[in-house]
Amino acid sequence: MIGIVDYGMGNLYSLSQALKRLDQDFVISDHSSELAGTDGLILPGVGAFKDAMALLNEKGLSAFLTRYVQEKPLLGICLGMQLLFEESEEGSLTKGLAFLSGRVARFSGISQVTGERYKVPHMGWNTLEFKQPDSPLLNALEPDYAYFVHSYYAETKDSSILIATADYHEQVPAVVGSGHIFGTQFHPEKSGVFGQALLKNYLDFVKRM
Amino acid sequence: MLAKRIIPCLDVKDGRVVKGKQFIQLRDAGDPVELAMYYNGQGADELVFLDISASNEGRNTMVDVVKAVAAKLAIPFTVGGGIHSLENIKALLRAGADKVSLNSSAVENPGLITAGADFFGCQCIVCAIDAKFDPETSSYRVYTHGGQKQTDLDAIEWAKKAVSLGAGEILLTSMDQDGEKSGFELNLTRKISEAVDVPVIASGGAGKASDFFDAFSAGKADAALAASIFHYKETSVAQVKTYLKQKGVAIR
Repeated sequence: MIGIVDYGMGNLYSLSQALKRLDQDFVISDHSSELAGTDGLILPGVGAFKDAMALLNEKGLSAFLTRYVQEKPLLGICLGMQLLFEESEEGSLTKGLAFLSGRVARFSGISQVTGERYKVPHMGWNTLEFKQPDSPLLNALEPDYAYFVHSYYAETKDSSILIATADYHEQVPAVVGSGHIFGTQFHPEKSGVFGQALLKNYLDFVKRM
Repeated sequence: MLAKRIIPCLDVKDGRVVKGKQFIQLRDAGDPVELAMYYNGQGADELVFLDISASNEGRNTMVDVVKAVAAKLAIPFTVGGGIHSLENIKALLRAGADKVSLNSSAVENPGLITAGADFFGCQCIVCAIDAKFDPETSSYRVYTHGGQKQTDLDAIEWAKKAVSLGAGEILLTSMDQDGEKSGFELNLTRKISEAVDVPVIASGGAGKASDFFDAFSAGKADAALAASIFHYKETSVAQVKTYLKQKGVAIR
């Protein structure tokens, strides 16, 4: 059983439908008591980092997730991935769940190479570069396009957590992970066949745990 | 590298796709889900559903259409047409739409852009602009209500304002080019793309594959939308993408 953490930020319908297409049982909940019994969690999210952390703290889910990931797997998607890091500069500086080392920063909108302006949000299909092709999340996958939509990205000095990256004027961590904690900056539920296969890899990983 | 997007647009009335449906060989070509999956199979990068229902019943049906599409489709899609309130936006996004597109309602109530962006993030809010060249002032005017009503807004200024209010993307339709099949409006597309920091979708005027190339190169668009040439099978998404790849454009 997979738990989708519903803390009030995000479009859970598409994700739940993607799990349905993979014949995966799931529960959508914001109650730690309900989520505790699951084999693995997915933390989705769109919107602002600060609001998301406030809701997770308010609902007691931050503390719950910290305990949960001691033993069981978690996959953060988009904002849900960013929440796994230590802090974000979105709005005012806000502390994250700090499962992964690094901070979340806004795209500057100005290329460091050419000095030219570029568009923010990073929106659309971008190619991935696999840094750790042997990661369970990339099992049997070839680098492909994935669908991104975000204005902030994770900056990390810890290259050991970079599983795949994308190039959008900055090196954008696209798939991150440490142990059984994972995150994708892109939306696997919106990334066609590739995204579906990556989600399935996570579900398979959960089953093997 | 970030790919340029090709976006088929489907007109939906009372829950059924209208226009061009007889030309695509499907079991039930009026079914939004079947058409969505057809274009998905062709390699569409996103879809836009434009609700042209005149009645409230038709509008309410749109939420069910969105749910049905989101259950099957694993690429992003935008819903536009008749969205007047934050409640409308919430209902469509919760039903599985990735973005909503605001047109007349954004002009009449610019605060709706901000309300939607604050609630769901600016990436969900597309500002659709219908623009027409005004020879008297040599500028592009914004029209609303399906092109029926002229406003005194300048298209470039309105695009900038919409982005400052929270729009995450601009869907620019040239009324001069729309239906002409002689290519996108490159001048205005480029001007708006250079004026705002968010992605711009060019719309109106697609007639052949090379028009898309022009939209991305001369027009500096990030994505291009077309309806009739895909519906009437004058070309296909796959053919357009093959052409663009040969021309060296980043295409998925």
